[in-house]
Amino acid sequence: MSKRENASRDLEARSNVGGEMVRSEAPSELLRELVAHLRQNRTQLREEWVMRIAETRLLTAMTKEEIFAEATSVYDSYVEALETEAFEALQAYARNLSERIIPRGVETHEVVGIVLLLRDVLARSLFAKYQTDFKKLNRILDAYEPAANRIANTVAVGFVQERERVIRQQQEAIRELSTPVLQVRERLLILPIIGVIDPQRARQLTEQLLRGIRTNRAKVVVIDITGVAAMDVTVANHLVQTVEASRLLGATVIVTGLSPEIAQTLVTIGVDLGKMNTVGDLQGGIEQAERLLGYKVVTLAETR
Amino acid sequence: MEVPILKQGEVLIATFQAALSDADLEHLRRGLVQQVVKFRSRGVIVDVTAMDVMDSFASRTLREIAHMIRLRGAETVIVGIQPEVAFAMVQLGLTLEDVATALDLEEGLAYLSEKFKNID
Repeated sequence: MSKRENASRDLEARSNVGGEMVRSEAPSELLRELVAHLRQNRTQLREEWVMRIAETRLLTAMTKEEIFAEATSVYDSYVEALETEAFEALQAYARNLSERIIPRGVETHEVVGIVLLLRDVLARSLFAKYQTDFKKLNRILDAYEPAANRIANTVAVGFVQERERVIRQQQEAIRELSTPVLQVRERLLILPIIGVIDPQRARQLTEQLLRGIRTNRAKVVVIDITGVAAMDVTVANHLVQTVEASRLLGATVIVTGLSPEIAQTLVTIGVDLGKMNTVGDLQGGIEQAERLLGYKVVTLAETR
Repeated sequence: MEVPILKQGEVLIATFQAALSDADLEHLRRGLVQQVVKFRSRGVIVDVTAMDVMDSFASRTLREIAHMIRLRGAETVIVGIQPEVAFAMVQLGLTLEDVATALDLEEGLAYLSEKFKNID
């Protein structure tokens, strides 16, 4: 046998060390044999896998029956992906699976963990089957490992992508929810700000407020920042700008709920708050706004 | 294009058109300051609803108008600044600090009549 032939054979079946002549099947044939093996031992391997999952305490958020049902379909898609080497179906399945289990609190390490477990369970079964024929085992593993790793990769990436999609969606939802401009009396708006304000959100808040002033024909606006934990120079300046812009539309702004920490920060960094009308709490702010608008709230007893 | 100045009772109303040259602005300033005494007006409303851009010259002229009208014994209100314009102005530092502002013409008139009532 020539050297070159030898090399090519080595590539095909890396176990052929020393140039020993062995008739080796093409990788696709090996894969077919592998798939047949996995199909044959489906029940047993699947059960073993589920047992290992329970042993390692993965997927604790799901019941045993659910795990078994899910394991069955994962197993079948796994074998199918091995057979066809087409990963689209598996990708779709991974996405679908993630969609279902992410709301149940399943973590990334669990998903990766179970796929790796399946890989190991199947590899073990291959060891057991070919233990007498070491060279064959090597060739089978050569065919199996890249495909198995790629499957694990696909599932993990699918899961993470789905998670990221959910996070993005939630961020958007929070952003939408977090900037309500509410009318509490005729010509009186309230803008409660909760959470962290980044420059983008600050901009959005201002836009919504200015538009709200126009559509509600507001004269007084109470901006309540009780729910804001911290404030930096940029955001503080933006707040001042919002107050000034509101004034240009003819509305007076009252800022309420400045926490001691924020007050300290603002004084330390020297933001000019002279132009701002501040009141301790939201109640005080609304009371002052009512005074500005000429309202007076009295109890029914007082009117008699 | 010149800005028409309308007389409505004790109030003069000047409505800006979309694009005004610096010369038009100066012309308006002169006209308002003259007529406010001529008609014995007590208030002036400058309506900028149609302006979608407010540069520093326009903004400075508005302030000057307000100050000069005050020296001539009347009150000025700027009305109809658009939300986007307002924010752009603030970012440029053009805040019209000591000038009264109102949402629209109606609000401006209400502001002035309130003011007149307090003086009377």
